[in-house]
Amino acid sequence: MFGTYLLRELANRRKQTTIIAIGMALAIALVVVLNAVSAGVREAQSRVLESIYGVGTDLTVTGTFEPGEGGTGPQTFTFGRDDGETAEGTTELSQSRLVTARGSVAMDASTIETVASVDGVASAAGTLSLENMTFSGAMPAASDDGEVTQDMVAPAVPGTGGADGAGGSEFGVDTFSVEGVDSVEVGPLSATELVDGRMLEDSDAGAPVAVLDQTYASSEDLAVGDTVTIAGEEFEVVGIVASATADAATASDAYIPLDVAQELADLDDQVTTVYVQADSASSVDAVSTALESELPDATVSTQADLASNVSGSLSTASTLIANLGAWLSLLVLAAAFLLAILFTISGVTRRTREFGTLKAIGWSNGRIVRQVAGESLVQGLLGGALGIALGFAAVLAINLAAPSLTAGESPLGGLVGPSGPMTETAAETTVTLSASVTPIVLLLAVGLAVLGGLLAGAFGGWRAARLRPAEALRSVA
Amino acid sequence: MYTLTKVGKTYRQGQRTVTALKDVDLVIPQGQLVAIQGPTGGGKSTLLQLLGALERPTSGSIGLGSSVLSSLADRRLAKVRSHQIGFVFQGFNLIPTLTAQENVETALEPFRLKTDARRRRARESLESVGLGDRGGHLPAELSGGQQQRVAIARALVKEPEVLLADEPTGNLDEETRDDIMELLEGLWRDRGLTVVIVTHDTAVARRAERRLHIKQGRLTER
Repeated sequence: MFGTYLLRELANRRKQTTIIAIGMALAIALVVVLNAVSAGVREAQSRVLESIYGVGTDLTVTGTFEPGEGGTGPQTFTFGRDDGETAEGTTELSQSRLVTARGSVAMDASTIETVASVDGVASAAGTLSLENMTFSGAMPAASDDGEVTQDMVAPAVPGTGGADGAGGSEFGVDTFSVEGVDSVEVGPLSATELVDGRMLEDSDAGAPVAVLDQTYASSEDLAVGDTVTIAGEEFEVVGIVASATADAATASDAYIPLDVAQELADLDDQVTTVYVQADSASSVDAVSTALESELPDATVSTQADLASNVSGSLSTASTLIANLGAWLSLLVLAAAFLLAILFTISGVTRRTREFGTLKAIGWSNGRIVRQVAGESLVQGLLGGALGIALGFAAVLAINLAAPSLTAGESPLGGLVGPSGPMTETAAETTVTLSASVTPIVLLLAVGLAVLGGLLAGAFGGWRAARLRPAEALRSVA
Repeated sequence: MYTLTKVGKTYRQGQRTVTALKDVDLVIPQGQLVAIQGPTGGGKSTLLQLLGALERPTSGSIGLGSSVLSSLADRRLAKVRSHQIGFVFQGFNLIPTLTAQENVETALEPFRLKTDARRRRARESLESVGLGDRGGHLPAELSGGQQQRVAIARALVKEPEVLLADEPTGNLDEETRDDIMELLEGLWRDRGLTVVIVTHDTAVARRAERRLHIKQGRLTER
């Protein structure tokens, strides 16, 4: 009887059923699409973050940046009269050095042990983010009776240089990023895959060997077995790596053993970033709090903090979804629920005589409320099914369109992690947005449909229950 | 058997209090056919609603069998309506989306019968009012007289002690009116029902074994 009556009523009131179902469908489709896109954006962010911070990195610990600190203040290159090679009246000068990357602050390497000793930390690895700056050029040879001393101020922007106005002299500054690493499992190398040669190994400690980013190696025409000059020292290229995520560059141009980097940069027992893996996702917040307590002078950043450093259209999309999208879906949901409630109450009012009659022949209030709630629930579920179908269609359309989003580290990125060279690489990262409907989103859609139906049913049922049978009959007499 | 003692009923209409019934004393023995007449607004429908456990009196008490209707909770009143009282309305009050058979079945819903038993009893009830072959029709596909027969079948399918009819022939032509009255009289005689009919129609009232008149809330015998 319940089912027969319910279906007959819904079929008889097609217009109301259709309007409620469409309202619910639009709201639920919007929620499905927003959640799917949001998941896509999170996944894209994760890909970008992994390319920058490494796979599985839950937290990073960095030195707190103070204005004026960091490795790339104005650099002074000093040449004595015997420096350089002179031929045909021109002296060729070149000087190379390793400095901490812009925005990075060196910390004592004992930070790694401190981090590792915190409860909930599965592993920790330190890196030293450096910039290799090479100042080179040519100038007229000095006369024998005079000493030539040139204090040159290197431009802050890498790769610039030019005539100095001193009569035929020309100097240039070349920079590339160098990362001193002591682990390939944790940290930036964990997000790379070997293209040629081999990875750095524990036995490489103290050895002048380097692994290069594929993009950098290609631009410099370097291959495994070649040598690359870092801080004036020659390093053998033992491997080439590329980002494990298809469309992102790796975090640095070159990777060398941590101890070698520390020695060449004159930063013995210093690191700029400690990469931390928590033993479970649920312990990240607790670990973060413990680390902040243990290391009050350091900056502890979680993945969420790191995500806030991703800029570009990916960041814009993320912000849009988090703010406008969430509010829009709430607004549309509220409108759909309100529509369902108003239509249900209006339907109950139109059926006053019907419910009055049913009460007169002995139907209890509970039985009538169940009837109204059942009808609303089915309307909600119809809307939910239609909404899921619409949502799937919209997600399919988004995936077919495959919109590209650019991503990079924001200018404030240096506050929380490796910057400088990573800014350079991450800024060029383009990721394709891929929206996906997860079972949780489907459950959410069904849950919303049920909630909308029950809300409308509750209000409609409440209205029906309040009808006194005599009044209901009198209203039509 | 109904026993009404000093029953009064007042309504609020805005700032005004309207007295619909005043000190009504009435006993209706089991198996009596009673007609209640009176002018519009005299209190006929109010009395019928009190007899039907649709309302509680403002004062006095109403007994039906061993139950005191005036003091029962809503849930108990619903049970009295579902098991002891059958209603027939002037406007038939059938559910327009349900067939004649299904309309009759609605009265059995509170009994929680199995589907087969519910359908069988509804079919038998329709047959008893001469509509055995119309069970699959929607109300809109039936004439006024047929709709009222369906309403009577719905009222009687639960085998109540009392049948209350509010202007049961008010929307029907004379010929159909007589058919319906013959049907009601037949059922009354066959089943030993107590039947209370509110009517404006003197021809209908004359067929009752007892006639009551109500005017300005006061009940008198005729």
